[in-house]
Amino acid sequence: MKFDSPATSNPIDRGRVVGIPQDRIDGPAKVTGTAPYAYERHDAAPSAVYGWIVGSAIAKGRIKAIDSQAAQAAPGVLGIVTHQNAGPLDKGNMNTAHLLGGPQIEHFEQAVALVIADTLENARDAARLLRIDYAPEKGRFDLAAEMGSAVAPETGFGGPADTRAGDFDAAFARAPVRIDQRYTTPDQSHAMLEPHATTAAWNGDQLTLWTSNQMVSWSAGDLAKTLRIPKENVRLVSPYIGGGFGAKLFLRADALLAALGARTVGRPVKVAIARPQVPNNTTHRPATIQRVRIGANRNGVIDAIAHDVWSGDLPGGGPETAAQQTRLLYRGDHRLTTHRLATLDLPEGNAMRAPGEAVGLLALEVAMDELAEACNVDPVELRIRNDVQHDPEVGPSRPFSSRKFVECLRQGADRFGWSRRHPKPGQVREGRWLVGMGVASAFRNNLVARSGARIGVDGKGHVTVETDMTDIGTGSYTIIAQTAAEMLGVPLAAVTVRLGDSRFPASSGSGGQWGANSSTSGVYAAAWALRGKLAEKAGFAPDQAVFEDGMIRQGNQSKPIGSLAGREGLWAEDQIEFGDLAKRYAQATFGAHFCEVGVDIDTAEVRVRRMGGAFAAGRILNPKSARSQVIGAMTMGVGAALMEELSVDTRFGFFVNHDMAEYLVPVHADIPEQDVLFLDELDDKSSPMKAKGVGELGICGAGAAVANAIYNATGIRLRDYPLTIDKLLERGEGSALA
Amino acid sequence: MKPFTYTRAASVEEAVRSASSVQGARFIAGGTNLLDLMKLQIETPAHLIDINHLGLDRIETTAGGGLRIGALVRNTELAADRTVRRDYAVLSRALVAGASGQLRNKATTAGNLLQRTRCPYFYDTRMPCNKRRPGSGCAAIKGMSRSLAVIGTSDACIAQHPSDMAVAMRLLDASVDIIGADGARRSVPIADFHLLPGDTPHIENALKPGELITSVTLPKPIGGTHVYRKVRDRASYAFALVSVAAVFDRDGQGRFAFGGLAPKPWRVAAADAAARSGAPAVAEAALDGARPTPLNAFKQQLTARTLASVFRQREARA
Ligand SMILES: Cc1cc2nc3c(=O)[nH]c(=O)nc-3n(C[C@H](O)[C@H](O)[C@H](O)COP(=O)(O)OP(=O)(O)OC[C@H]3O[C@@H](n4cnc5c(N)ncnc54)[C@H](O)[C@@H]3O)c2cc1C
Ligand code: SF4
Repeated sequence: MKFDSPATSNPIDRGRVVGIPQDRIDGPAKVTGTAPYAYERHDAAPSAVYGWIVGSAIAKGRIKAIDSQAAQAAPGVLGIVTHQNAGPLDKGNMNTAHLLGGPQIEHFEQAVALVIADTLENARDAARLLRIDYAPEKGRFDLAAEMGSAVAPETGFGGPADTRAGDFDAAFARAPVRIDQRYTTPDQSHAMLEPHATTAAWNGDQLTLWTSNQMVSWSAGDLAKTLRIPKENVRLVSPYIGGGFGAKLFLRADALLAALGARTVGRPVKVAIARPQVPNNTTHRPATIQRVRIGANRNGVIDAIAHDVWSGDLPGGGPETAAQQTRLLYRGDHRLTTHRLATLDLPEGNAMRAPGEAVGLLALEVAMDELAEACNVDPVELRIRNDVQHDPEVGPSRPFSSRKFVECLRQGADRFGWSRRHPKPGQVREGRWLVGMGVASAFRNNLVARSGARIGVDGKGHVTVETDMTDIGTGSYTIIAQTAAEMLGVPLAAVTVRLGDSRFPASSGSGGQWGANSSTSGVYAAAWALRGKLAEKAGFAPDQAVFEDGMIRQGNQSKPIGSLAGREGLWAEDQIEFGDLAKRYAQATFGAHFCEVGVDIDTAEVRVRRMGGAFAAGRILNPKSARSQVIGAMTMGVGAALMEELSVDTRFGFFVNHDMAEYLVPVHADIPEQDVLFLDELDDKSSPMKAKGVGELGICGAGAAVANAIYNATGIRLRDYPLTIDKLLERGEGSALA
Repeated sequence: MKPFTYTRAASVEEAVRSASSVQGARFIAGGTNLLDLMKLQIETPAHLIDINHLGLDRIETTAGGGLRIGALVRNTELAADRTVRRDYAVLSRALVAGASGQLRNKATTAGNLLQRTRCPYFYDTRMPCNKRRPGSGCAAIKGMSRSLAVIGTSDACIAQHPSDMAVAMRLLDASVDIIGADGARRSVPIADFHLLPGDTPHIENALKPGELITSVTLPKPIGGTHVYRKVRDRASYAFALVSVAAVFDRDGQGRFAFGGLAPKPWRVAAADAAARSGAPAVAEAALDGARPTPLNAFKQQLTARTLASVFRQREARA
C-alpha cells in the first residue's frame, strides 16, 4: 500500500480498540519471567557455552602481540577468538568502528578477544590471563580542543549540515534585543536495563542469533556483511528487548562475537556485554558545544535565529544534529543553522533517544528563557508569539501537517498553574527550599519508514500478526494487536502478535520514534489485503464490507470470518510505503513541558517537585503506554538536566564512570508527580493511522524546563549540563542561595 | 572471577583459625562489596569463609550502659532497632541514608566498615592505582577526582571512604571488637581503626591478617539532638559528596563527623570546639590542611553549607 495522499476516513477512526487505554498484552509474560530474553534462550540453545569479551586497554594504537597460552590452558576454556583467527571480516554499514578490533585499536574497550568456556566464571577468569601487548598512540579526546578542526559533515539522517534563509548576520546585528550564548551537553550513556546480549548457533552455514536488537533487518544485513555471508543465511530473533534507547539500533560486538565464537567451538555460544563494558564498548550520545543567537524586537518576536553545533566522533562517524529543531520550531525571516564534526578517538557516538532535539532543546529552550527575560515577556507567551504554521526556512508553501503547539502551551500552562509563577527569580521560599517554575517547548520530528507485516485468521476467527518489528519496552505488541483487532473487528484477546524475527516481513523497526506509527500502518496495509480476501470469499464488495464482532457484514448479511478462513486459515501480506507527503508538509510532534523545582538554600541540591506536559502527536494509539513513554522520557530529561554525564578522561581517552554506581540516572526518589495531557489530534498526512511518533517527544525540552525552573528559583543561569551542585555553588554569589 | 573454595564456618574460633591457615582466605558477610570486587577481578581471594552463621548478629546492651552491635547485624536491622533509634538516632539516620533497601538488607556492620573506596579508577583494572596495585601510580589525582577526598590524602592516593554508617560511629566514639587467629581479643577505637593512605594506600585499617571483627561497641548514650545530613548528586542511592553527622547538646556544644571528605570518617577536635561559633568556623576547623584538586575543591564550600543546613535543622528542632 502506498501512502501518498492524505488519509480519508477509515476503519481505525471507529476507535473501538485503537485509542483506548489498554494493558500491555505482553505484560503477564514479562512479570512472570516467562518472556525469553536473549541471554536466556535455554529453550532454543540449551547447550550454549559462555563467551567473555576482552576490551582494549588503550584508546588508540596497535596490538603488538597476543599471548593466549595461559588463557587457553585455563580450566574450562573451549576457544579464543581474536583478529588473528577470526578470518577476514568486513564492517557493517551502520558501524563506525570495527566490532572486533586488532591489530588497529580504534577506541578504548573495543573488543579485542572473546574467551569461550564452559561457564561464565571460567570464561571471565581466563580472560584475565590473556596477555595483550599494545603500542599506544596519541589520540584526540577533547571536543573543545578539537573544535577548530571540525568540518561540515555529509548530509545524513538529520539533513544537511547547514541551512540558511534570509540574511542572519545583518538581521541579528540590527535586532533591538540579542541573545548570544554558548551551551554544552556531555556525553551520555543509554543505561538501558538489559545490556547487549546474544546467543548464537550455527547449523551448517545457517546462523541463528537470539539477540536484543531494535532493528532486525538492518542488523541481520550488517552481520551477514561483516561475516561475508549471504543475508539469507542469517536468522535474527529479537522478540523481547530490555530497553534500547538507540543503543541497540545496530549490530554490536555481542552479536558478532557470539557468531564467531559459536563457529570456533562448534556449538552455541552466548555473549553479553558486561555492564562496566557497555559505555566504552558500545555507542553513546555525543557531547555537544552549542552557540545560540537570537535577534528579536522588544516584544520578543524573533527576526533572526542561529544555532551552531559542534560534536565529535571517530573517523567516518556522524554528528549530533542538535540544531534540527531550530530549523522548524520558531518564526524568523533570517535563519542559520550549522553542524561541525570533529574527529575524536573516543568510543563511537551515535543515536540516543531523540538524537538531535534532546540536546538541541537543552540549549535553544534556555536561550528562549533568556530572551523572555530580556524582553520582559512571559516565557509561555514568548513561545506563542513565535509560533509559525509553516516550515520557516521554506515559507508558506510547506505548511505543517498539523501543529497544535500553541494549544499545548496554553492548556499545559493552565493545568500546571503557570500563572502562579513569580516572574522574578529567587523570590519564592518554602522552608529550606527556593522554589521556581520553568517551561520549555517540546519538539521532535515525525519520521516514517517503510514497514511490512503479514496477518492471518484461522478457522476459529483468531488473528495472528507477524512482522520483524520490535518491542523495546514501548508497547509495540499491544498497539499492533489493537490495529489488527480494529481492522478485522475482533476483540484484542483474539489477536496474537509475533515480533522480532527476520523470517517475518521487514518492518520499520524501533527508532527515531517512527516505529509505532510506521509499523501499525504496515499492519493496517496487510489487514486491508486480508479484508479484501475475506470479502471476496464472502462474496461482498471489499469497500462496503464492515468488520465487527468477528463477522464480516454487508447490508443485513453477515458471516463469521473464521468460517471464511476455513481450516487452513487465510493470510495476507503487505507493506506501507510512504510517498512524498513528508516533503510537501513539515511533519513534527509538539508539546510543552512545565516543571517546578526546589533548590536547597544551603546545599544547592535540586529536587524536582512537579512536572507537567501537554503533547500533540497525532492519534494516540494506546494512551496508557503512550503516557508511560512520555513520563519515562521526562524522567530521562531530568537525568540530562541534573546528573547524567560520561566523564571523559582525556589522558587515557575513555569514559571513567562506566558503571551504574557512577553513571547516575534518576531513581524513584528523584521523580515526583508527572502529569501528561495528550491533545486530540489526527494527522491525516502522517499515515493512515493518523498517528505520529511519541516515544521520544517527552525527552525533548524536559531538561530545559528543569534548567529554567532552577533559574527561576535561584537566579543562577547555568549553561553547562548537567546542572550539578558544584556548578550552582560556583555561581552562588549574588544568587538567592544563602 | 578467580575460582575459589568456600566453607561455612561453624564457630568464631574455627573462622579465625582457617583464615590464618588457608592462603588467600577472606571472610564473606553480606557479600555486597566483596562479590562485586571479585567479579571485577579487583579482589581475588582463593578461599571464602562464610561468617553468616556464627551468632554474631545480636544487638545487646553492655555492662557499661553502651550497646554491642554484632558484626553480622544487617544495616536494615540496626537502623530499625529501637534502642538505636532512641539513643543513637544519628546512627540510624546515617544507615538509612546509605545504599538502597535491598543492599541494606544484606549489608552487615563489619562489612560496611570495611567497604572499599568508590574511586572510579580503583574499579578499572587497566588503570594505574596504588591502592589496587601498589606502586602503579594514582590515576585519580590528575583525573576525575570530583567525588574523592580533600583532606587526609597523600600523594599516593586521594580515595574517599564511602561509608555513611562509619561516620556516625566515629561521631559516637565506637570501638571495633576484634578476635585474632590465636583467639586473642582486642578492641580498637574507631578513630584508630581506619588508616590514612600515606605511602601505603592498600593498607586501609588496623586489622591484621586473619583477624575477624566480632562486634562494634557504642559507649553509653550521649543524649542531645542528632542530625545526619547527606548531600549527593541524586535524591537517593548515591554516595555522599559530603555528609555531616552531628550531635548538639542543650547549651550549644556539639560534635561533628564528616563523610565524603577523607580516606576515613573525618573528625577533628578543633571542629567540635568551634560548635558555638557556627557553621563556617566548624567547617574551617574541620578542613584545616585540606588539599583539594580543582575538581573537588567545591567540597570545602559544600561542607560549610551542609553544616549550615545542619545548624538550621537543629534550630528547627530545638
Ligand atoms: C550500588 C551500591 C551503593 C551503595 N551505597 C552506599 C552508600 O550510599 N553508603 C554506604 O555507606 N554504603 C553504600 N554501599 C556499600 C554497602 O554499604 C556495603 O557494600 C556493605 O555495607 C558491605 O557489607 P557486606 O556485609 O555486604 O560486606 P562484604 O561484601 O561481605 O564484605 C566486605 C569486606 O569486609 C570483610 N569482612 C566482612 N565482615 C567481616 C568481619 N566480621 N571481620 C573481618 N572482615 C570482614 C570482607 O572480607 C570484605 O573484604 C553501597 C553499595 C552498593 C553496591
Ligand atoms: S585515588 Fe587511590 S584508589 Fe583512586 S586511583 Fe588513586 S590510588 Fe587508586
